Amino acid sequence: MHVLFKPGFFSNVPVRHALVLGAIVALVSGVVGVMTVVRSQSFAGHALTDVATTGGAGAAYVGVSPLAGFLGGAVAGAGAMEFIGVQRARQRDIATGIVLGAATGLSALFLYLNATSSATTGVTQQVLFGSIFTVDSSTITVTALTGVIVLLVLAVVWRPLLLASLSAEMAAALGTRVRLVGAAFIVSMAVAVGLSSIAVGSILSTALLIGPAATALRLTRSLRAAIVTSCALGVVATWAGILCAYDSYDWDPSSHGLPVSSFIVGIVVLLYGISGLPGLRRRAHARNRDVLRTHDAHHAMPGSA
Amino acid sequence: MTTTPANSTRAPVLEFDDVSLAFGSRRILDHVSFEIRAGEFTGLIGSNGVGKTTLLKVILGTQRIQSGDIRINGTKRTARLRSVGYVPQKVSIDADVPIRSRDFVALGLDAHRFGLRRRTTEDRRRVDELLEAVDATSFADARLGDLSGGEQQRVLIAHALVSEPSLLLLDEPLANLDPRSVQEIVALLHNIAATRDVAVFLSAHEMNALLPVMDRIVYLTGGRAASGTTDEVVRSDVLSALYGHHVDVLQLHGRVLVVAEPGTTTDHLPSHETLKVD
Amino acid sequence: MINAWEVGTMVAVVAGVVGFFVVLRGSAFPAHAIPNGAFAGAAGANLMGISPLLGLGAFSLLGAVAIGTLGRRTRSDVATALVLVLMLALGAAFLSQSTEYEPQIFSLLFGEILGVSTSQLTPVLIIGAVCILATFAMFRQLMLTCLVPDIAHSKGLRPAVVDLMFLVIVAGATTMTVPVVGALLIFTLMIGPPAAARCLTHRPGVAMALSVAISVSVVWAAIASSFQSNWPVGFFVGVFSAAWYGVARLAHTALRARRTTLATAISYTAAS
Repeated sequence: MHVLFKPGFFSNVPVRHALVLGAIVALVSGVVGVMTVVRSQSFAGHALTDVATTGGAGAAYVGVSPLAGFLGGAVAGAGAMEFIGVQRARQRDIATGIVLGAATGLSALFLYLNATSSATTGVTQQVLFGSIFTVDSSTITVTALTGVIVLLVLAVVWRPLLLASLSAEMAAALGTRVRLVGAAFIVSMAVAVGLSSIAVGSILSTALLIGPAATALRLTRSLRAAIVTSCALGVVATWAGILCAYDSYDWDPSSHGLPVSSFIVGIVVLLYGISGLPGLRRRAHARNRDVLRTHDAHHAMPGSA
Repeated sequence: MTTTPANSTRAPVLEFDDVSLAFGSRRILDHVSFEIRAGEFTGLIGSNGVGKTTLLKVILGTQRIQSGDIRINGTKRTARLRSVGYVPQKVSIDADVPIRSRDFVALGLDAHRFGLRRRTTEDRRRVDELLEAVDATSFADARLGDLSGGEQQRVLIAHALVSEPSLLLLDEPLANLDPRSVQEIVALLHNIAATRDVAVFLSAHEMNALLPVMDRIVYLTGGRAASGTTDEVVRSDVLSALYGHHVDVLQLHGRVLVVAEPGTTTDHLPSHETLKVD
Repeated sequence: MINAWEVGTMVAVVAGVVGFFVVLRGSAFPAHAIPNGAFAGAAGANLMGISPLLGLGAFSLLGAVAIGTLGRRTRSDVATALVLVLMLALGAAFLSQSTEYEPQIFSLLFGEILGVSTSQLTPVLIIGAVCILATFAMFRQLMLTCLVPDIAHSKGLRPAVVDLMFLVIVAGATTMTVPVVGALLIFTLMIGPPAAARCLTHRPGVAMALSVAISVSVVWAAIASSFQSNWPVGFFVGVFSAAWYGVARLAHTALRARRTTLATAISYTAAS
């Protein structure tokens, strides 16, 4: 037991907070991520972390709460993307790019102003890489509450949004306002992403949004299963990463450990790589459940006999 | 320009009454009138770019018209109606998305509603029944993205029918299908029209595959339409009047061939059935 | 200061030329991911005590190849996102082991164009020239594979290979520009000016010339403004690029309103 879990792992308050916060972010990202990948909006999902960061840097300069800055930045960015928004997927990425470019410019300004005006040292690093180990319990409460709101909004628009993502024409024929549900989604995504980038940093925000969802979509046979798998993979990767990071302080006494985000990203990408193995994919792509059952039954026979 | 069919025994599901639509100076629909009845299979025939998709969008209410009336089940269409099922020309679903055939059909029941209402046993029964009706039971649990074009087409038809519409619109469902799938889909749609009391209205740029099953035809060219039974419409005099110059309609080995005179433009003739005599 | 003008102009020209295809081919995400992820290479090189330019070059090339090859097998946006976070995570690991912190990240992300030394000019010039030559050498292939994939296929062009080669060009442009203008600025320049140019004209040659002209004007104005105000160049590049795009979109809408009859007739014919 002590080989895997170093002494103090469970009694350490920052670690406990990190485990809880990581799980909340992984759960919300797991659900939002499935729809993000289905709609091919990974770029927007990632860009919004940077736009949120701009909001955070701006908040630091103006002197309002960073949380308001991150959320405000992300939602404003999503609004701008939707406003420029062009229907074709290729053009949609350009809209995202324009917003990201402008936000980046503002980021440069805020970081410069912060560096020159006040003693907010480490703001660049904090903003870019965040740290799951430095959060307090109030952040956890806010993250959990906002996460629940995001999930509720998604549940309300889920079915019209899903059909609109698969075929905008068929959704419109059923009377769905395709543009409206799309906007509802990107704003929900912005809130989720803004929250996760302040809680766990922008690298992890993107990794947890895209990685587990893309992995789950490859492995499962229905969206419901994909969402459950995506959440589970996200939580497992986050917890395992936190454990590794905690243990890494002991690996080499001279070093000061490795960042938790590096471990989690490594695990997320590894899981995605494993999901590409042909054996796993064959199961998910079998044409008929009955065929699959008879196949399994056939293999089970010798053992049971 | 319209020939009214003689034997109109049943109430029409869809009525176009003097409908006009133009994009700038380009006339898409020029005082078009026709009717479509329940239980009948109607083909909307015209060459590529003549405005078939636009006409279907007009019926769906996603494209406005400039004058005229459209009535569905006798009432003037104001908002979008759930009594119309629609299968668009192109639906591309990535093989990486785990949407099974049955999931997609079920979306036809509730994708217009907000919230996650639990699907009932009755819902599931209807989905199963539709999958069986389109002969898709064997791939009901397969991912939509893994299916062939013909198989996907069946699932889309089941999706459009599951809410029990009185009118089923299909935009070029036979394009990009191999000849065998074309025959199967045509037979399936004919069967649906006859047994489910649904008016099937299908657009195509080629009419030969549809000739054996088509109860009625709406022939669209240059913004004008001729409608009636195939015998009433696919004739030299009717089509000549529609095109504004002389065309011959030839019957060869059970296939129809529309032939234009030398020197006339054949741009608006259905491509595969046109012979230009030079 | 003279160096800043020279290097800024070179960067702007390269961004205008390469960015034209970034916008046309819809490669905005890779164009963001490669420069952004490449900074990890510089951090790694720093740790190992070798030239940051080498680390940058190696990482941007690796990133481009990974995105190009993975993108063929899976959704390309997912592949790009995962390659990006992997590179960033490596960068975070490198940085955690290094003693230099904030100024290093800041300059890699936002550049130090006003502090460019004469010795940095030559590599920038050479890599930039190679990128432009490579783009022009592949001009027809790049156009065909994204505008008319069917024709490209019938001529024996493999879109995946052309895609990969294009991403390598983007990697080259990245290597050249990140040390002087930063990872974030090069992305902004590769998107804003070309997207604005595309709104103003439909002719590829004109659009590319316009893209270069807008890009150069943005950089010059940004350097001048930065010199005057002492605010970072990146801020002005970001704001001026977005402003150009906004103006171009408005002009596009105005032009389209005038030509509406023709345009709808054409798009209608194409759509149905």
